[in-house]
Amino acid sequence: MQDALFYLFAALTLLCGLMVVVNPLSRNPVTSAMFLVLAIVSMAGLFVLLHAFFLAAVQILVYAGAVMVLFLFVVMLLDLKEEARRKIKVFGIATGLVSVGAFAAVMVASIVGTHPGKGLIPQGEGTTPVLGKILFTQYLLPFEILSVLLLVAMVGAILLSKKDLK
Amino acid sequence: MPFLEHLSPTQQFLLFSTLKIVAAIFLVLLPMVAYSVLAERKISAFIQDRVGPNRVGPFGIWQPLADGLKSFVKEDFTPDHVRKVYFWLAPALSLIPAFLTVAVIPFGSFLGKQKMVIADLNVGILYTFGIVSLGVYGIVLAGYAANSKYPFLGGIRSSAQMISYEIAMGMSVIPVFMLVGDLNLSQVINYQSGGAWLVFKQPVSFFIFLVAAFAETNRLPFDLPESETELVGGYHTEYSSMKFALFFMAEYANMITSSAMMVTLFFGGWTLPFGGLDQPASTLTGGLLHIGIFLGKIVALMGVFIWVRWMLPRFRYDQLMDLGWRRFIPVALANILATAVVLWLQGAK
Repeated sequence: MQDALFYLFAALTLLCGLMVVVNPLSRNPVTSAMFLVLAIVSMAGLFVLLHAFFLAAVQILVYAGAVMVLFLFVVMLLDLKEEARRKIKVFGIATGLVSVGAFAAVMVASIVGTHPGKGLIPQGEGTTPVLGKILFTQYLLPFEILSVLLLVAMVGAILLSKKDLK
Repeated sequence: MPFLEHLSPTQQFLLFSTLKIVAAIFLVLLPMVAYSVLAERKISAFIQDRVGPNRVGPFGIWQPLADGLKSFVKEDFTPDHVRKVYFWLAPALSLIPAFLTVAVIPFGSFLGKQKMVIADLNVGILYTFGIVSLGVYGIVLAGYAANSKYPFLGGIRSSAQMISYEIAMGMSVIPVFMLVGDLNLSQVINYQSGGAWLVFKQPVSFFIFLVAAFAETNRLPFDLPESETELVGGYHTEYSSMKFALFFMAEYANMITSSAMMVTLFFGGWTLPFGGLDQPASTLTGGLLHIGIFLGKIVALMGVFIWVRWMLPRFRYDQLMDLGWRRFIPVALANILATAVVLWLQGAK
């Protein structure tokens, strides 16, 4: 059951991810965005199978529910007609495949290097309080730095969108 | 029942889960949707000094059935200029999240040996917020699929509105979970047993949650995505027959699930503070009584939803955004801080 579900969600994630960039049926940016939502949701399914329920819920809440809605918002408002007319180019697919291959090689090498199933002890899986404790003790500094990074991005976005600066 | 003992635990789990899902959706949620439409029409008629539907059956009680039949037999018209795939997808996408939310809500204590919740997740509330946030796609895609300006404006409005109020809603419940110390909704109800309802401890939270629920379900005074006077009918302008009815059902199903959330978070769920009704039931009647109490509380909150709709005028869009971002979010943040300070002082003693 668990294995079957893993393969189902993994296949869905990969397929939807592929459809985001090379959809043969439609070059509509909105369709790509919707496939990205599906990919995110199936990734949440993978997190559930890893017993990382908090991560799964937050994945759907933040990425599928908020970030992608804003993406969709922008895509619809910009009305990307010429984007929809653009054909799939061989050069684009080739460079894409090369970069994906290189990234996959790095990932596989590092995963094999850590001896999966033996090396790292899983932390913060399961209940939310455990995850919270780890974030606020062991990983406090990276956590805070990340929040500052997000704050900087927010201030930057507001600054850029302002037309006249006083 | 002897045949139950022959089943393995997995089979029993599957059997009872399926039973609970079918019962919760088809015996409780859908009839409630149908009859809240009737209640809405009756109450609006009462408020506006009209009679309301009274032709089908005594007091019009078969009106929902007639309406449903009408939706099915009407011509399902697809305009020429729409984007077909999304036009078909959107009504389903708006109804499914409304049903999925039911999964984590504890609608009773025990019936026999079965816990009356479909999935007792330890991140229950986050699951709910995740699913609720997916509900916006139905409306946005409906607006996009229609490929004409009024539905599109309605869709855009609703996405901005729902994202804004989701933030306020999410922040408003944080103090609740600071007090309870768990994200599991059954634990929230345990905490409130004995009459310690969180609406008394966190009235600010409740108020923000209530108003945000109005905005999330696109109800008056915040029904700007469909505001008839300026947008013709908003995101569902191009829809007819059963597809339109699905949007309609989604709105009411969302109202019911958000009422259920409010009952669970702030009004003690299936408990009542007297007569020993705040302890998990051991008998079958007790279990049924708890389900009845839960449904009764939902009906009361649905009454509030309907009553407010016919009492308040619609907000302007800038007023809506102003209220969400510049009033509710700061107040919700202050509420979190205040709760934290109080909890810290209590812990220091």
